[in-house]
Amino acid sequence: MKIIVCLKQVPKNDSILRINEQGTWIQDRDLTYEINESDQYALEAALQLKEKHGGEVIALSLGPARVQTVIKEALARGADRGIHLEDATLDNLDAFGISTAIAAAAKAEGFDLLLTGLQSDDYGYAQTGVIAAELLGLPHATIVMDVQATDGGIRVKRELENGFFQWVSMPAPAVLTIQSGINTLRYATLKGIMAAKKKEIKKLDAAGLGLDTASLTPKMQFRRVYVPVKSKQTQFLEGSPAEVAAKLIEKLKNEARVF
Amino acid sequence: MRPDVDFFNLESQLSDEEKMMRDSVRQFVNERIKPIIADCYEEGRFPLDLIPEFAKLGLLGSNLPEKYGCAGINNVAYGLVTQELEAGDSGIRSFVSVQSSLCMYPIYAFGSEEQRMKYLPGMAKGEIIGCFGLTEPNSGSDPGSMKTRAKRVKDGWLLNGSKTWITNGTIADIAIVWAKVEDENDKIRGFIVPKGTPGFTAPELKHKLSLRASVTSELFFQDCLIPEENLLPGSGGLKSPLMCLTQARYGIAWGAIGAALDCYQTALEYAKNRVQFNRPLASFQLTQKKLVEMFTEISKAQLLCLRLGRMKDAGEIEPVHVSMAKMNNVNMALECARTARSILGGNGIMGEYGVMRHLCNLETVFTYEGTHEVHTLAIGRHLTGLSAFE
Repeated sequence: MKIIVCLKQVPKNDSILRINEQGTWIQDRDLTYEINESDQYALEAALQLKEKHGGEVIALSLGPARVQTVIKEALARGADRGIHLEDATLDNLDAFGISTAIAAAAKAEGFDLLLTGLQSDDYGYAQTGVIAAELLGLPHATIVMDVQATDGGIRVKRELENGFFQWVSMPAPAVLTIQSGINTLRYATLKGIMAAKKKEIKKLDAAGLGLDTASLTPKMQFRRVYVPVKSKQTQFLEGSPAEVAAKLIEKLKNEARVF
Repeated sequence: MRPDVDFFNLESQLSDEEKMMRDSVRQFVNERIKPIIADCYEEGRFPLDLIPEFAKLGLLGSNLPEKYGCAGINNVAYGLVTQELEAGDSGIRSFVSVQSSLCMYPIYAFGSEEQRMKYLPGMAKGEIIGCFGLTEPNSGSDPGSMKTRAKRVKDGWLLNGSKTWITNGTIADIAIVWAKVEDENDKIRGFIVPKGTPGFTAPELKHKLSLRASVTSELFFQDCLIPEENLLPGSGGLKSPLMCLTQARYGIAWGAIGAALDCYQTALEYAKNRVQFNRPLASFQLTQKKLVEMFTEISKAQLLCLRLGRMKDAGEIEPVHVSMAKMNNVNMALECARTARSILGGNGIMGEYGVMRHLCNLETVFTYEGTHEVHTLAIGRHLTGLSAFE
């Protein structure tokens, strides 16, 4: 089974988050990074499928030079090779643009399964896998908890609401978005980290994939990012109990408008 | 995950692989060691069940070549690994140091190829545990005065004597034992002594009040017949065991930073949250002075170790460099632990914070693997050309 796992590099959850000068996102320079949480479970699911059925796991990441650490970590955990999609014109894309680039890279490579995490810890769109599947004309399943190989396809367990699950049989190739916490993540071993140094990381750019970057200009923009403003207020009402009660009624009626 | 003290951006000096190794071991320590270590310490128990996990992660003999089933990591990465382990507990780091630097290293450095192939892959897998027997009841800082003797006999060597303060002794499958060979002018040589050799016993030293999550033992040898092929052929003279100790001390110098970091981080968090006189402790000048001094000393120790590691990787260090790092960093960590304990007040003595455990452990680390005093005098000898202890 040839599995491509999409890995996004996101700010660590203990990073210091400061809003940038334009007020449109967080400052890059304060950040340390890690692999997006649900993507880690997607990688682990891919590695377990490979261990069971053989094949190949390819780690794919889009972004500037720093995202190579994400690919290297995947290689250290057992992925066979990496693909780094690096192009300045592909920075700052929206979900549609990211999905388009990923779909193009995955199509060029060919695969049985394309896995992504359920959603990213930074933007949280939960769109990448779904849009990529649509662009590739392939079936997809979201919020996947388990993946089993069947003759000519796969069987996946999806999480529904209220503790319900759904088993879906689907043909391969397919695109799956993986839920966090579905397996036990392995540690990158010292030997694995050493071995990763010898594994291939292929670089791809927009031109190499025949992408029309002008058409990927974000259709969505951040207007303002801000820390929620505290709106709680405390007022002390003074006077006799009867006066205070009257003032309270007045405020509930005219300011809080509760009746 | 513990944020780093990295005042001088040493992160920029580490390769991606070095950072990944540190982070992977840190995650392992946070998830697998920290939740159990207070209980292990209280019960006086080394977590034996974690040995296969240490092996799987590649911690055992990690800086030895891949050919012997090891990871072949560089010395800086090895140092970062010991730092993370000791942030968990000195006893855990001691287990890995002894297995790696004091048992696998001498087999690698002084053993025959046959011995290397026989022992090292199994030791890397954690299937063969080793211990290192140099210190004796009456030979501590002066190992040249050892009484343990090996005498050549028809089928090999007859070993007599005793060793003490032996980490892993009781749980070890083999002991690397250093003895004077009577037939070779009392030259000190190394022998591989398997568990179960008639006349060899290894009782555990009980009632320790330090390094309680580590096994410490005595070794007794009474007319132990050691086969010829168990002599480490490349060993010869006191220099051989001292070379092993230089490897281990290198790891200790880094390990001490880990213990100090854990104490510092605990104290910083506590000082920010604990309120007295309507203010957090961290707002008091005396507390800030303590925190700043810990932070400064940790930063200096980090700079020292990174430079030491890079020099070791380039083959440029002398044992005296390692002496300075061990002497300085363990003393620094001990001071940090004491200071952190004082910031935590009464809570500082409680197991849940780990500071008192580090403090008690570091009292041992201060003395073992070359006492603070002897390392001081080794540097003194380097400066003056005059030995104050020989």
